[in-house]
Amino acid sequence: MKHLLSVDDLGADGINEVMRLTDSFVEVSSRAIPRVPALRGKTVVSLFFEDSTRTRLSFEAAAKRLSADTMTFSVSSSSVNKGESLRDTVETIEAMGIDAVVVRHKSAGVPWRVASWIDASVINAGDGWHQHPTQALLDCYTIRSRRGALEGLRVAIVGDIKHSRVARSDVTAFHALGADVVLVGPPTLLPPSLDGWPVTVAHRLDDVLGDLDVIYLLRLQRERMTEALIPSLREYRSVFGLTADRVARLRRDALVMHPGPMNRGVEIDAEAASDPRSVITAQVANGVAVRMAVLYLLLGAGAELVAPVPELVANA
Amino acid sequence: MAERERSAAPPRGGIFVPRTTVMDADDLRRAVTRIAHEIVERNHGLEGVALVGLQTGGVPLAQRLAEALSEIDGTDVPLATLDVAFYRDDIGLRPVIPEAVTDISFDLTDLTVVLVDDVLFTGRTVRAALNALNDYGRPRAVELAVMVDRGHRQLPIRPDFVGKNLPTRFDEQVDVSAEGVVIGDVVRGRKP
Repeated sequence: MKHLLSVDDLGADGINEVMRLTDSFVEVSSRAIPRVPALRGKTVVSLFFEDSTRTRLSFEAAAKRLSADTMTFSVSSSSVNKGESLRDTVETIEAMGIDAVVVRHKSAGVPWRVASWIDASVINAGDGWHQHPTQALLDCYTIRSRRGALEGLRVAIVGDIKHSRVARSDVTAFHALGADVVLVGPPTLLPPSLDGWPVTVAHRLDDVLGDLDVIYLLRLQRERMTEALIPSLREYRSVFGLTADRVARLRRDALVMHPGPMNRGVEIDAEAASDPRSVITAQVANGVAVRMAVLYLLLGAGAELVAPVPELVANA
Repeated sequence: MAERERSAAPPRGGIFVPRTTVMDADDLRRAVTRIAHEIVERNHGLEGVALVGLQTGGVPLAQRLAEALSEIDGTDVPLATLDVAFYRDDIGLRPVIPEAVTDISFDLTDLTVVLVDDVLFTGRTVRAALNALNDYGRPRAVELAVMVDRGHRQLPIRPDFVGKNLPTRFDEQVDVSAEGVVIGDVVRGRKP
């Protein structure tokens, strides 16, 4: 595998392979010296055209723990402000000798374009409303590490589905691993068409709350909303927010998840975020290990999945 | 040799064809017992000795050695397993995926670590293991126990405890299991 652009590239087998490898990187991360020399000499560039805290830092921590070199591109201090095009920017960075680019952009499809221009591996760290594959992988891993497997679990994804690349990637991944996904949100925050989505839909959180294994809350993405899609934040919270009252009605073994950043008091109350069933900080911790696995698969182990094995490696 | 590794070699997978059995289960058991005695003798007892089995072939051997040591000396030595995948020098040249999660639950500092593997060949796995051990502490000494030393070293590494010295061709294959040691070839093709 050369690039990681979409969860669809992986399928159930690929997701399971990443999760199996992640187990090893969780062990690495737990050590006093959380570093292995696996990707020595490789260079990973993070190319973020959109704001990010956890994803960018998570990728950089992952690369560093694999002993790769990292470079960070920040749009605000780059020649993009002088009018340099995306293609020129990417080709300039590649000319410096890099092995992987981690791309985030507000427009869907940008990582595919970047992958067509350069030889380095491209990892999609979020393109518009479209895909965020490493988020889906770390979500699957977090659920698996608490519940053993996703097979047969009932998972609700709640809130602003329409603008959410996390929801799009998660639906694919959860479904591939056998979970039963229900989307919960007001009609204005659901995609105009759900044709081909392997999901059911509910318009009231209280209808599904009691039999959920996982409740996955999405951030209300006000920066992407160009029109009034909800009457008010207060009304949204009263119908779709995970309030202290609703947390009390969750099953004892349910998991509360959120990709962050949280709007506390809107989609999730502080009490819910700090409930023992909340795995939101575990998601962040697992994110580093999952991204180590992805970088390792693309830059280390993945290389020869393309090239033939050069010679017999008996007892190597 | 691990199943995954075997299925990956030679290009596009291969089938192991056994040719000669060089040690049977009884030979293997006697070799384990002898190595256990040698470990006790070399270290003047088992004070501060720990076993680290290399994934995957070394793990069952380390387990058996620990049982033998327990019978001889009455002490249970700490037992750990190590996967060296991320420390190998051929990452990017062939599929290098860990077989299992490393499990070293104690600090190795000031212990005498006996690395255990099934087959010693080029020495590159042991080189990687020595690197990996550094990340878990600073052992007082590291010793190496292998069931089969088949030669063809590419690094200045030698074993301290050997089950059997077995001259081989470079392209042969040595398979160690609970049933014994078999020498054979890997031929092109896929497993049925």
